[in-house]
Amino acid sequence: MNTPASQFNADARRVSADLRHRGIIRTAMNNYEVVRDRRKAGFQDWQGARDLAARTKCETISHLDTHLEQFARLLEARGTVVHWAANAQHARDIILGIVRGKNARVIVKSKTMTSEEIHLNEALENAGCEVVESDLGEFIVQLREEPPYHLVFPAMHLTRAEIQQTFQRKSHDAPSDNPEDLTMVARRVLREKYLQADVGITGANFAIAETGMISITENEGNARLTAALPQTMITLIGIEKVLPRLEDLALFLPMLAVMGTGQPLACYNTLYGGPRQPGEADGPEEFHVVMLDNRRTTLLADAEQRDALGCIRCGACLNVCPIFCNVGGHTYGTVYGGPIGSVITPHLRGLHEWKHLGYASSLCGACSETCPVRIDLHHHLLQNRRNASYAKPIRWQKLAFQLFALVANRPRLWSLTTRLARLGQKFHGLIKGRALDPAQAWTRTREIQPIARQSFHEWWKERGK
Amino acid sequence: MNEREHLFTRIREALTVKTPAHHGDSLPTSAEHRCVLPTVGTTMDEQLALFAQNAADLKATFILVNHEDDLARALQVLADKEQWQRVATHQGGLANKLAGLLGLPLLMVDGGYDKSALALCDAGISECDALVAQTGSVVVTSMTAGGRALSCLPPHHVVITRRSQLVPDLTSAFSLIREKHAAHYPSMISFITGPSRTGDIERILVLGAHGPKQLTIFCIQD
Ligand code: SF4
Repeated sequence: MNTPASQFNADARRVSADLRHRGIIRTAMNNYEVVRDRRKAGFQDWQGARDLAARTKCETISHLDTHLEQFARLLEARGTVVHWAANAQHARDIILGIVRGKNARVIVKSKTMTSEEIHLNEALENAGCEVVESDLGEFIVQLREEPPYHLVFPAMHLTRAEIQQTFQRKSHDAPSDNPEDLTMVARRVLREKYLQADVGITGANFAIAETGMISITENEGNARLTAALPQTMITLIGIEKVLPRLEDLALFLPMLAVMGTGQPLACYNTLYGGPRQPGEADGPEEFHVVMLDNRRTTLLADAEQRDALGCIRCGACLNVCPIFCNVGGHTYGTVYGGPIGSVITPHLRGLHEWKHLGYASSLCGACSETCPVRIDLHHHLLQNRRNASYAKPIRWQKLAFQLFALVANRPRLWSLTTRLARLGQKFHGLIKGRALDPAQAWTRTREIQPIARQSFHEWWKERGK
Repeated sequence: MNEREHLFTRIREALTVKTPAHHGDSLPTSAEHRCVLPTVGTTMDEQLALFAQNAADLKATFILVNHEDDLARALQVLADKEQWQRVATHQGGLANKLAGLLGLPLLMVDGGYDKSALALCDAGISECDALVAQTGSVVVTSMTAGGRALSCLPPHHVVITRRSQLVPDLTSAFSLIREKHAAHYPSMISFITGPSRTGDIERILVLGAHGPKQLTIFCIQD
C-alpha cells in the first residue's frame, strides 16, 4: 500500500541520488546564504531581534482569543465580512459561496500557502471558474500542474530551460530562456487577467489586532493588483497569524525579508483594513476575510509545541536543512515542507500517518538555530517521535530495547556480548549492506563505528594486575 | 453556538494549559526594537543620505530638487526622455498641479476611473505619506496617494514628496500613520521599497514583475 511514509522513503531515495537536482538547490541556497548573512549583519543585534520576535509571538499566542476578537471587531467596523472556518471543507464552502454569489468566472490569486492547505484551486475549478495564480513562481508551477516546491520559492527546482519549455507548451509564447523575457511573458498574460477577474483571493502574512488590518508581504506587485482591481476581495488566513500592534511590523517585516529572501525589506508590504472606503478612488466593493482553524487549535492545545504557531513562514529552516536540500520539497508530500512542515503536519493531519516526518531530520539543530522566532524545531521533532511511540508502540522496537536493557543490566552478559560483537564485526564486512545483513536498512548507507579493542572495564582490570 | 463561538471555545480551552514563557510574556517596546534594528544615523542629513543610498541599492531613482519649479522641469525632462503619451494622477495638490504642467492627456483617478485606461498610462504620478530612511521605502495610502492601483498598475511610478516627509525608521513611520489616520484608517497602506521585482526564475533578479518597472522619487528640499 502506498502510505505517506512509503512514498516519502521512495521519493527521498530517488531524489537524493539525483545529482542535477542537488546541484540546482545547492547553488540557490549558497546565493541565499550570502545575501542573508549580509542583511543579518546590518542589524545591530540579530540575536536580540530574535528574542524580541519570539517574545512577541509568545505573548500573542498566549492571548490569542483577545487579539483575534479585537482584530475581527475592527475589521467588521469598516465593512469587512469576517468568516470563521473550522476546517478545510468549511473554508472551501465559504469561499465557494461568495464566488457563486458573485457569478464569478475568472479569479486571480496571489500567493497563499493556506489555500494549498484547503485545496482551494481544485474546488474553484470544479465549480467552473478559471483560477489564475499571479505570483510568478506559483504561475509556473500551476502551468506544470505541480505543487509549490518551497514555502517562499515555489519554482526553485526548475531551470530557465524547463520554464521556457513549460511556457512553450502551455501558451506558445516563450521568446527565449532569458529570465527577463520569461517574466515579461507572465506579466503580459496576467495583466489581462487582473482586468478581467471578478474576484481576487490573497493570503496574508500578519493580522494586526490593534487596527484590524491584514498585512501582505510580496515583491512582484501581484498581490497589490489582486487587491486593487477585482470587485470582490477574499483573504484566507490562519488564526495564528495575529500580531498585536502596528509597530510590531517594524520588527517583523525586516526579519521576514532577511530570512525569506535576504532582502532588507520586501518590495511591497501592504496593509488592508477594509473594502473601498468613501472618498477612495478604487478598491473592491466587498472584502471578505476567512479565518481558518483546520486543527491549529489542536496544536495550540499542545503546550509543549504551541510555539510552532508563531511561524512566519519565512522558509529559512528549509533553506538550512540538510534533509530538505537533499530530498527536495516535493518528497515531503505535505503543503508545508522542511523542518516546520515536519513539526506541524502530524498535528494538522494526524500523528499516526505522518510520524515518519519526525525522522526526516539529522537532529543537527540548524533549523532551531536559524528560526527568527526561535521555534524549538528539532526538539519538537523528537517530541513527535516520542508521542508517536507512546500512542502506538512498535512491537519490534520495544522488544529490541527490552533485550538491550536485559543485556546492559548484567555486566557479565554485557562483556560477553561485546566480545562476541567484536568477533562478529570482523566478518560483518563481508555482508555489509547486502541482503544477508540483518542490519541492512541501516548499514546500506552508513558506516558502523568499530567496537573498541579494549573496553574500559577490561583496561581497568588489566591495570590492576 | 455558531462557528465563531465554537472556535473561541476551542482556543480558550487550549489555553487553559499554560506554557512556561521561555521568551517572556510582555510585548517589547519600540525602544527595544530600535536597539536591535539597523541604525539610521542621528541627523536629518545622515538620514537623507541613507535614504538615497537605499534607493540606489533598490534600483529606484531618487532626485533631490530645490523648488517646485525645478521639479516641474525635471518631470518634463523625464516625460520627454521616455516619450510619455498619457499619465495618471490624483487630486493631491502638488501631484495634479505638476502633472498638469506636462500638457499630456491626464487621467484623474479620484472618484473612480476606467481600469483599462489606467493600464494604458505610461506613468502614475502620486504623492506619499512618508519616506523611510532605514529601508528606502515610500509610504502610500489609498486616501492620500490616489487609491490602490495608481502606484502599481502603470509601468512607471513617480512619487512627489517633500524633504519634511522623511522619517528615520519603520517605527516612526507607523507612529506617523497612527497619528495621521487613527480616526479613519485608509483601506490600504503600502510600504513601497523599490520597483517591482522577482527572483522566481533561477533566483535571478528581474525588475517589473507585475508592478512598476521603474520608481522615481522626486523630493523637494524646502
Ligand atoms: S519555523 Fe521559523 S525558520 Fe521555519 S519557516 Fe517558520 S519562522 Fe521561518
